[in-house]
Amino acid sequence: MEQFRLSVVDIQDLGFAYGEATVLHDLTMAAVPREVFAIVGPNAAGKTTLLRCIERILTPRTGTIRIDGRDLKSLSARDVSRRAASVPQSHAPAFPYAVQDVVLMGRNPHLGVGAQPGAHDVAVAQEAMKELGIYGIATRPYTQLSGGQLQLVLLARALAQEAHVLLLDEPTAHLDFRNRHLVLSTIRDLAVRRGLTVIMTVHDPNDAMQYADRVGLVSDGGLIALGTPDEVLTADNLGRLYGMPIDVLTDGTRRVIVPGTDS
Amino acid sequence: MRRRRFLPTLLLMWVGVLAVLLASLCLGRYPVAPKTVLQVLISRFAPIARTWDPTVETVVWQVRLPRALAAALVGAALSSGGAVFQGLFHNPLVSPYVLGVSSGAGFGAAVAILLGASAAITQASAFATGAVAVSLTWLIARSGRDRSHVTLVLAGFVVGSLFASLVAGAQYVADPSTKLPQIVFWLMGSLASVQWADLLRGTLIVVPCLLGVTGLRWKLNILSMGDDEARSLGENPWAMRVILVGLTTMATASSVALSGVIGWVGLVVPHLARGIVGPDSRKLIPASIALGAVYMMLIDDVARTLTMGEIPLGVLTGIIGAPIFALLLRQNRSDWN
Repeated sequence: MEQFRLSVVDIQDLGFAYGEATVLHDLTMAAVPREVFAIVGPNAAGKTTLLRCIERILTPRTGTIRIDGRDLKSLSARDVSRRAASVPQSHAPAFPYAVQDVVLMGRNPHLGVGAQPGAHDVAVAQEAMKELGIYGIATRPYTQLSGGQLQLVLLARALAQEAHVLLLDEPTAHLDFRNRHLVLSTIRDLAVRRGLTVIMTVHDPNDAMQYADRVGLVSDGGLIALGTPDEVLTADNLGRLYGMPIDVLTDGTRRVIVPGTDS
Repeated sequence: MRRRRFLPTLLLMWVGVLAVLLASLCLGRYPVAPKTVLQVLISRFAPIARTWDPTVETVVWQVRLPRALAAALVGAALSSGGAVFQGLFHNPLVSPYVLGVSSGAGFGAAVAILLGASAAITQASAFATGAVAVSLTWLIARSGRDRSHVTLVLAGFVVGSLFASLVAGAQYVADPSTKLPQIVFWLMGSLASVQWADLLRGTLIVVPCLLGVTGLRWKLNILSMGDDEARSLGENPWAMRVILVGLTTMATASSVALSGVIGWVGLVVPHLARGIVGPDSRKLIPASIALGAVYMMLIDDVARTLTMGEIPLGVLTGIIGAPIFALLLRQNRSDWN
């Protein structure tokens, strides 16, 4: 029972398949509050599927996922969305909603069927926008924003959900160098400041190296290594993961992962 | 986009609804002064001296008022239906008609006219086949593996084509001197023969549906984010879509039963409304309802006053709607990308 109090997200023997094609198997991991847990792996390793199982958009074939000790299967969609908020990898805007209206949509899990957001919901949304430094663009149409700003808007929407688990699917996929570090360091701050349990997938292991507290390496739907970035993101492990020679360079404190040279 | 305060804007729109309603009661081959119109209306509820010709009373109370109210009802139903569908399908070119409701209802009406049924039976028949057509669309879409929007729209196209063929068949066998003009006129839309009883039947279905849609309008914003995001925001998109499409279809089918087939309204009015209040459904739905009522009353006024005869409403909404829509597409392209 000790473990439930500590690990907000607890995944045991998770398995998932689309028809006959197994995507995830025997996956066991846990993420705790105030930590950023990065899932690293090549394309099609099952990273996104894992996140979608935690959001309960997909139903696992085997195993259990618990949030705060509660089995996801026993929770309604609304209950899940109050516990876990997510930022999608790609977002196709349908209408030019104002930024504040998009962030306000994060309040939906707290609203009844016929209800509209009220003064408290607006206050929570404004708080989220201020925390991420986008309050100044609250009335701008969100279709006219840069990729980095859009990512912050979607992050603010997730914060407005007031869930303790934050799931991010490749949060830096479409961002330039500066925005990538802006978004990732913001996510780090949030984990500490709000006590969030952050689980994110990353395609560049350097993002995990710099910003994650713990890393899980996923290959072919299974977890092949789990631990701190220094333990897991070794030249050996990464070389096997990506099937190419990889070097880890260091200046003594920081480490950078680069393609290796055959020698 | 400049942000106006919403409540005053909406209030202004409803003042517009009342103003256009009053104008509709005055205008016509037999013009009545606004003051007299008001007196006639008041005399229905309060005892005041009747200083006007009884003909005036008949024209205002029996002919123009039910017709103008029916126009407002149909306009509100079709416009809010368009706004709902555009939100649900993230597409500017959809309206409830894409699910086959108009051709379905058209077929029911055509058969009833062929059999020489009364107006009430014709409306009931139109409503029933309109509902059957949408149910059929739904069943076809559900039977497929892919439960996406596209499947639903394509299924609607299939069902619409089927009923369009059946309508053509009905027209082919109809007596060209008596029944055929009736069918054609109905298919082009008309409010010329609306009675209080017809209006009451329509109101009993349309108003509760519009109230329901208005109550759920916040969920439209959530659903417009796409199914996956709606789910992670705690919504069940499939169930919510069933409810919203159901309410909208009922309102549309009963307004088609009342007025015949009137196209374009559900496309043009939500675009106008979006230009005024923005894309947020919390404002867009009430604005579409009010603007739709104004738009349809104006169209109907033109239909009955422009020439000596009646112009079919569908013809007018097409002639007016297509250029407006083209203009809107030119101006607000950014709304859609």
